[in-house]
Amino acid sequence: MTGTGVGPELISLSDVSAGYNHHHVLSDVSFHIHEDQFTAVVGPSGAGKTTLLRLLLGVLKPSHGTITSQPGLRISYVPQLETVNWNFPITVFECVLMSRTTGRRLPWPSRGERADVTSVLDRLGIGNLAERHIRELSGGQQQRMFLARALLRQPQLLLLDEPTSGVDVSTRHDVLHLLADLHEDGVAIVLTTHDLNGLAAHLPHIVCVNGGIVADGSPAEVITPDVLERTFGARMEVLEHLGMRVVVDEAPHMFAMRDGN
Amino acid sequence: MDVLLEPLSYAFFIKGLVVASLAGALLGFIGVFIVLRGMSYIGHGLSHSIFGGFAAAQLFAAQFYLIGAGIWGIASALAITTVAKRGRVGADAAIGVITTASFALGVALFAKFGTSGPSFENALFGSILGITTEQIVGLVAVSILTAAFVFLRYRALLFSTFDPDVADVSGVRVGRIEAMLMIVLSLAILATLTVIGVTLVAAMLVIPAVVARMLTDSFGRMLAISTVVGVFCGFVGMYASYFAGVPSGTMIVLVGAAVFVIVLAFTGGRGMRRSAGLDSHADAPLLTPMGAK
Repeated sequence: MTGTGVGPELISLSDVSAGYNHHHVLSDVSFHIHEDQFTAVVGPSGAGKTTLLRLLLGVLKPSHGTITSQPGLRISYVPQLETVNWNFPITVFECVLMSRTTGRRLPWPSRGERADVTSVLDRLGIGNLAERHIRELSGGQQQRMFLARALLRQPQLLLLDEPTSGVDVSTRHDVLHLLADLHEDGVAIVLTTHDLNGLAAHLPHIVCVNGGIVADGSPAEVITPDVLERTFGARMEVLEHLGMRVVVDEAPHMFAMRDGN
Repeated sequence: MDVLLEPLSYAFFIKGLVVASLAGALLGFIGVFIVLRGMSYIGHGLSHSIFGGFAAAQLFAAQFYLIGAGIWGIASALAITTVAKRGRVGADAAIGVITTASFALGVALFAKFGTSGPSFENALFGSILGITTEQIVGLVAVSILTAAFVFLRYRALLFSTFDPDVADVSGVRVGRIEAMLMIVLSLAILATLTVIGVTLVAAMLVIPAVVARMLTDSFGRMLAISTVVGVFCGFVGMYASYFAGVPSGTMIVLVGAAVFVIVLAFTGGRGMRRSAGLDSHADAPLLTPMGAK
């Protein structure tokens, strides 16, 4: 699988520092996103993963350093499901149509827009849910809906914030397969995750963040006890299983040993 | 039946009925955005703030007091939005300070210098007796302006209400849309102030929208239902105020509260589920970027 970032550059961060309320969250970050990128950004809570996404999106300006992006770059963003107001009165169709907002548009969709939304919903396998209220969807369907909204913009770069947070194993597999398909279609993907084994280890490129970039590279280069300890501040075991790196947290293991299990 | 038709023999009452219905429609319509954006408290604060401008403007330019109050209200709205967005002071604290200080100033000016326009009590609780033709024209103009704004910016309003961060990166000028919404809200409060009253305007921004939310899961239908509920409350409330002999704003809000209770009883758990967490916002601006001045 490609995706380590060798194609033309889409966005470049040079010596960027940023934060909130006069407190630096990220310092001296240099990071480049290429056309074939497929990257997981990992790190503990508060490490700056979402801040990095906000910098890439342009909604957060750096306090130091420069960010340059390809002219006319189309970026789409999929938010964390936990941050969404699921009680908001909209249907799946209305939510996806939000991607077609700019410019002079009537309140109701044109025939072409209706066809485009239907097409992207069908592509993601939720065409039959178009008229459902967003609260009525399962976790996987909710994620597909936001992917549909993102894809309607035909993005070159897709940013996802914790796309598998709070979803079951089956949904996680679905999301991973969907993202792999999109990457095959030529969309650069950068996502944040806490899920080292279930998501990050399956991607070709990982960036470890904790107030800055601790390490980046392939899973074989990054998923090591030393890098994980520097990133998460806790010692973890790394095992090899079917050619993949598997991270084992030491604490529960020792706890079980003490119980004699 | 004759008893019901009796008030219609008075020109001032017909004028009041039309204005109350239109005011209800306007507040019900714009209230959907206010409630879904979690801005109910801003609506409440702004009406009090405008009262200060109302009193001050009467002192300095009696014949243009509505214009003065409007400028005051818009300035307050933009000040609240700016202060809250920069995070130096929390949104609720900013509203509390700016609007209550403005309201206190209005009370002080009324007490010291009196008024050449609507009385203190009428400004607070609404009255149909003080409605002028100019005010009706003003209300119609603000209603048309509001409808045009929502029609032309419907999708941007919807997107930025649901998900402001994603709307921002999708090319929606969220800051500009918010500022325009605050200006329209200020004008709507100002235009309905004489009939509903300063202290009760906020209730008519909230009640029709919440009632509509309990009845539907569709944004478009919520806008329509909220507007109809607003018209109903204005019409029935104005009628009831004539017979009850109490200020019009009071009765309009009481009718609204009764509608809320009836709809809540009718829709039961489904209505409560729909209206629960109505104003929980996707991404409240709690954190200030380091670069922000």
